[in-house]
This record gives sequence, C-alpha cells and structure tokens, in this order.
Amino acid sequence: MISDPSMFSSAPVLEGSDDDQLLRVSLGPQHPSTHGVFRMNVVLDGETVVSLKPVFGYLHRNHEKIAESVTYLSSMPYTDRLDYICPLSNNWAYANAVEKLAGIEVPERAEYMRVILAELTRLINHTAFMGFILGDMGAWGSALMYAFRERELILDLFEDLTGARMMANFMRFGGCRNDLPDGWAGKCSVLVDDYGPFLDEMEKFLVGNEILLVRCQDVGQLPAEKLINGGITGPMLRAAGVNYDIRKADPYGIYERFNFRIPLGEKGDVYDRIMIRFLEMRESLKILRQALDQLPEGDFVNPKAKIRGFKPPVGEAYARIEGPKGELGFHLISDGSVNPYRYRVRPPSFINLTLLEDMCLGLDLADVVIILGSIDIVLGEVDR
Amino acid sequence: MTAETEAILGEIRAALPDAAVSMLKNPGPAAQHSLLVGNHDLLRVATFLRDQVAFDLLSNVTGVDWPDPKKANASAAPEGEGSPAEDGFLEAVYHLYSTSKRVGPLVLRARTADRDQQVQIPSLVSVFRSAEFQEREIFDLFGIQFAGHPDLRRILMWDEFVDHPMRKDYIAPDDYEYEPTPHDAVLEKAKRHYPAES
Repeated sequence: MISDPSMFSSAPVLEGSDDDQLLRVSLGPQHPSTHGVFRMNVVLDGETVVSLKPVFGYLHRNHEKIAESVTYLSSMPYTDRLDYICPLSNNWAYANAVEKLAGIEVPERAEYMRVILAELTRLINHTAFMGFILGDMGAWGSALMYAFRERELILDLFEDLTGARMMANFMRFGGCRNDLPDGWAGKCSVLVDDYGPFLDEMEKFLVGNEILLVRCQDVGQLPAEKLINGGITGPMLRAAGVNYDIRKADPYGIYERFNFRIPLGEKGDVYDRIMIRFLEMRESLKILRQALDQLPEGDFVNPKAKIRGFKPPVGEAYARIEGPKGELGFHLISDGSVNPYRYRVRPPSFINLTLLEDMCLGLDLADVVIILGSIDIVLGEVDR
Repeated sequence: MTAETEAILGEIRAALPDAAVSMLKNPGPAAQHSLLVGNHDLLRVATFLRDQVAFDLLSNVTGVDWPDPKKANASAAPEGEGSPAEDGFLEAVYHLYSTSKRVGPLVLRARTADRDQQVQIPSLVSVFRSAEFQEREIFDLFGIQFAGHPDLRRILMWDEFVDHPMRKDYIAPDDYEYEPTPHDAVLEKAKRHYPAES
C-alpha cells in the first residue's frame, strides 16, 4: 500500500502530546471509503489528525492531452468518463462550452431535454451520495441498496433514450443526438411522481437518526469566506449558507424559466451537506415536473450545426454549469482547426478537495472518512 | 463583455497606476476578453480585484503552451498599448467570478518570458487558496514554476517523471507498457529501443 517509502524514511521523528510518537497512516488508495483510487497521507496524534496530504493521480490518463489530439466531437464520449456517476451533466457542460466557442444556437426542445436529463442526473448523484455517505458511517449495504434501487429506475430511462445506462454520449453541439422515444416523457413523469415518496421514506429514516446526528453534526465546518476563497462550489458551499448556484447566479440553458429555490445550510457541517442534497433533490423534482409539462415539440438538434469538419472560429470560451458536485467548467481555445488548441476541464471534485486538510485538522480519523464522503468526489474527474 | 472588461481595466489603472495591465481581445463569438498582467504586478492586481472589486472566487486556473506566438496573438489579440508576443511562451489563465455581484468571468493572463529558462510566474495561493492544486497541476503538466507556492510538487504524474506532458512538443515515450502483440507502427517504434539484429 505504501508506494512512496521515502515519506516514511526521510521524515523527522515526530513527537506528539504526552511524549507519544505520531503515527503516519497511508489511507488508500484501495480503501473502500476513499471512493476510488485516492490516497491520503495522514499523521495522527493518538486518534487526532495533525496533518493530511492528499495524493492524486492513480487514475490519471491525461484526458486534456487526448482531447487536444482529436476533433471536438470525439471528446464527447470521453466526457462521460470524467464523473461517471453523472455522464449527462458532463456532456452538457462540454456541449455548452463548444456552443459558446462557436456561437451555436440550441433549439427549444433540446434545451428542455437537457434540463430534464441534467436534473435526473442530479437525482442519481445525490441519491447515490446518500447511500455512500451512510456506508462511510457504517451503515454498509442497506442504504446503498435502496439508493441504487431508485438509481436503476432512472438508468432504465437513460438506457431507453441513449442506449447506455451510464456512458450516454448523448449531447451534440446544438442539441441532442436523438429525440425522445415514444412514451418516454410519460415514463419519466411517472418516475418523478414516485420519487417524492421514496425521498420521504429515506428522509424519515435519516433525519432524526441518532447515529447520523452524532457522527455528522459540528464536523468539518469552515467559515464561508474561506470556502469561497478555496474555490469550493456546489452543495458544499451552499451548505455553509452561501447563496451561489450557477443555475441562478449565471443562468445557462433555460433555467430562468423554472420556478425553484436554492436550499441553503446554516453551519456547513457534514449534516448540513447531507440535508442540502435532500432539499436539492426536491427542487430538482419541481424543475422536472415543470419541464415535462412545458416540453415543446420541435427540433432536438439545430439542423444547421455542422458535425463533420466542424471548425470553430479562432478564439476562446469558458463555460460552466452547476453540476451535481459543483461548478463544472470547460475552457476551450480554438486556433481554427478541427481539434481544440487547448481543452481544459474545471473539475469540481478536484478543486473541492483543496480544503480537505483544513476541514480535518484536529478531528478524529473516523471523521476524515465522513468529511471526504461529504465532499462527494469521483476519481475519474479528480485525476482525469 | 467588452465594456465590462474595459471598466475593470479602468478601475485597476485608477487604483494601481504603475501596474502593467493591458487588454487582449478575444475574436470569437464568446467575446470573453482578457487582461494581460505583468508578472511583477500579478499579486497586487489579484489582491485589488479580490478586495476592492469583489472578485472573490478564483474559479479556474489553467496553463497554455504557446510555442508559436502568432497563434497566441490571434486568439488573444493585443489592444491599445499592449504589444504582441514575439517568442514562444507559457501562459497561465485565471477565470475570476464574483459570488456577491454575480458577474464574471474576468479572465486574467500571465506569461513567462520563454519556454525553457525563465518559466516563473508568481503564485496566487496567498490571495486565492483555490489556486493551490491547480497551480501544482500546471507545474506538473506544463512546467510553469509558480514562485511562492507553499508546496510545489507534481500532482498527477509521479514525482520521478521528468517531462511536462501537456506541452505541444512533448513526445510520448513508446516503451511504457508491455505490448503483447507488437504490430505495424508500434513494432517500428519499438525497434528503436533495441540494437539492430545482425
């Protein structure tokens, strides 16, 4: 497990309180609670964390370099593999950036389809999150099973639409790849109606659960200014009471048309982060209901958008969306050729880890696991 | 976007008259223009933007390799007093947003003098903590040295790795992995690693 022996040999002898020696623990990279191949070099004084250094790169494949050597559209399937829990949000973020770069219009129906798919993806992400965070707290199995049962129903919808449960490769520059199949909107509507009762049930088991309260309350909070300065975005930031959701603050797509609220936390501890995600799912259901009711007929892709030999004009663009994990942005520079000169992913899970050490210092090792769980990372996106 | 960027440039010039800041025009439809900041003034300008203009969120930091300055001048064209780049350089691009005023992105750029020897840019970690891992990533993949970074190590590649893979002239090694069935181009490349059979 120790891939870097020098970290142990060259380290000075550390002394903790009460003349005890400090203990260095290499947590990961194959540890179930690190959510993937992620490692933390933790220094413990007894049970208390005195230093925590994350180690990245076990899943690095230089996605950006690969994207710079292929055409714009060829990167679309690869964006599915960044945050593989939420492929459709990644698709949208990339399509959004290319549309900004080349100035492509998106037809109305495609915008609605995108909103529906992105909000379903948010439901998937937050539902799976509930299962994983409870697993981190020791409720291994049951919670995740119920979460994945619901997730699978949404994945069935995705399979009907895109042909794949997860690796959708569905968005195109100027719209989507294909239209909704017959009856899809009806099935989605049934799912949206049934999701509320599932959330009620899950919340009933969780909100007042004593173990959850004891483990999560007053753990891992930081001042809001520090979180903003550290680039933390998404539910993590809103749990600390900062009203910053890109769907409202810098609207993209057609989010301005929908009536929904931004849930905010008070303390920003792990408990708030869990509850924020519950409330966000309820708001997503509201958006889904409105979008399904308003879904217009029309083109699912801009007929003028070019697929073969697509060359955006010289220039650059940075576009971002409110992904389920935070601000997901793409920065593209075009030199007028068929492949991007520079292709950059702004990965929310990677940047949300910036303040991991600050959140964990002075807490127990067991708290590190749930703080990491509450950040909600996916290593496909962290390491790219 | 043009007017907003110009207004911010005016504010910077009024508050920091000796700072080297010029505007670069983005010719594309996105029209996200950027401000090129001199390396000596980067920290001052960033602090000013954070404290006085409320750009409190440094969302994205990224590197760009420009071996050909013509391409750089085309996609970010100098305006007014700015002079076009003449040699190849490495560039750090910063995207700033304001969470209170809800405006952005404000794009800042900082450039190194060349691509080999003088590759320093001041680190913004002391102003924006979110730059910490992103600057490490740029150091790792592009080789920009961020002066003043508290912990400038490789982040995605392993410590023993020598080159910077995101540079345009990077040549991928071809003997990384065992190739079970060498064929065609792979076979040709692999031959270079072994002495010719006689």
